Amino acid sequence: MKTDDVEDVEIRLLLEGVQRIYGYDFRDYADASIKRRLNHWLAESGFDTFSQAQSQLLRSRSVFESLLRGITVNVTEMFRDPAFFHALREQVVPFLKTYPFVKIWHAGCATGEEAYSMAILLNEEGMAGRYRMYATDINEAVLQKAGEGVMPIAEMQRFTRNYQKSGGRASFADYYTARYDRAILSPALKKHIVFAPHNLATDGEFGEMNLVLCRNVMIYFKPALKERCLRLFDSSLLPGGFLCLGLKETLERRKMGERYEELAPPLRIYRKRYG
Amino acid sequence: MARAFEAVVVGVSTGGVHALQKLLGQLPAAFPLPILIVQHISADADGGLAKLLDDRCPLRVKEADEQDEILPGTAYLAPPNYHLLVEREGFLSLSADPYVSFARPSVDVLFESAAAVFGPALIGIVLTGANFDGSQGLKTIKQKGGTAIVQDPADAEAPQMPQAAMAATGVDYVVALDGIATLLQKLAARRSTIPHDEKGRDD
Ligand SMILES: C[S@@+](CC[C@H](N)C(=O)[O-])C[C@H]1O[C@@H](n2cnc3c(N)ncnc32)[C@H](O)[C@@H]1O
Repeated sequence: MKTDDVEDVEIRLLLEGVQRIYGYDFRDYADASIKRRLNHWLAESGFDTFSQAQSQLLRSRSVFESLLRGITVNVTEMFRDPAFFHALREQVVPFLKTYPFVKIWHAGCATGEEAYSMAILLNEEGMAGRYRMYATDINEAVLQKAGEGVMPIAEMQRFTRNYQKSGGRASFADYYTARYDRAILSPALKKHIVFAPHNLATDGEFGEMNLVLCRNVMIYFKPALKERCLRLFDSSLLPGGFLCLGLKETLERRKMGERYEELAPPLRIYRKRYG
Repeated sequence: MARAFEAVVVGVSTGGVHALQKLLGQLPAAFPLPILIVQHISADADGGLAKLLDDRCPLRVKEADEQDEILPGTAYLAPPNYHLLVEREGFLSLSADPYVSFARPSVDVLFESAAAVFGPALIGIVLTGANFDGSQGLKTIKQKGGTAIVQDPADAEAPQMPQAAMAATGVDYVVALDGIATLLQKLAARRSTIPHDEKGRDD
């Protein structure tokens, strides 16, 4: 393969600068995606080149924040991959119910759709009041949106379909109130969720979790950073706890995989062995 | 001396199952280049298409997993609901970013990331399809010195995608589907005049 071109060098210098000034470390993100996103940001920023953007970026917090929003794309949906949520309901919840109280870490929660989906599922299965969910993300702007629990009404049709396919037991419309073009989620769903900032590249573990869910976040990371995350999840999980990854992420070919049993094979639900 | 080409990327939409069976079915198991494919597919499709193609073609065909190493003699299909990208280190990556050109997986995303990594050593192919995804990507491939092949619109089940590609950029070959495999084998056998790869992986 060919040698570095100018833009690759500029991007490397920019990410290095961002890490040193702001402490956010994107140096171990997979090149192809981050390059696309950075180019997208550059096109909208008004700067001609990354070198030109650099001096502003390192001096102006607001320029940096726009970059941060550009780098951490936050696409998500409720009950994404219905088959996964179906398996969660049928195969994982029965184990969770055997505990008086469970703790869940939802890493890379974006605007919260997955966390709210999980809350709906747990409440329907009779676990209301018996769980706490820590839903974290690097991007504080999306966390604020997540806390509000308001979504575009236009999405509800798709979310309803997902919900039904995932084995939902009620009517999805009971979970939100429509107001103009927005759907306001029922406040009862928020009760047991804590939204908080957490950076998987630099921050530490969450202790004694019964379930860790991190889907479609590590696909953006290079192998070393992926490994760091998996170690973090492993040390956060209790024996017998569950690890849920995205449909295209796996513990195959990893040392850590030996300590886990795959529960519902194509759906990437793993259970940590005892001892 | 190294090969002139290191990889093939293919974009296809409407009529793709048939077109891919035909194209991949005509290539030998030992085809020396990796083939990366975006076929537009619904978000909740299962891995059935990769399996079907693998059963019917001499080449190995698989749905791309995160961090798959890019190997010769193998065709990788983008999974439903993810973009497929190429990393410098010679492996694949996936992204759940927003739709590009109304699609995920998007042909443009694959083509642009592959062009950045393989430059002139890339062959891009746009096949049948009823939209314009792939035209920007093929243009980028040409800008980076790569080679562009487009299925003859008259021969395509849906001509829009080949037509859009030809409108966006000059292309090197316009060929009927039946002729593409032969052309690819000829191109794959071509040696580069300058050794562009110091690592000499092809020796
Ligand atoms: C594509 S979204 C995935 C959302 C959801 N889990 C899903 O699968 O639908 C990826 C999320 O990861 C977050 N993220 C990216 N880098 C991160 C990091 N270093 N630490 C924590 N979250 C991160 C982004 O801000 C974004 O919200």
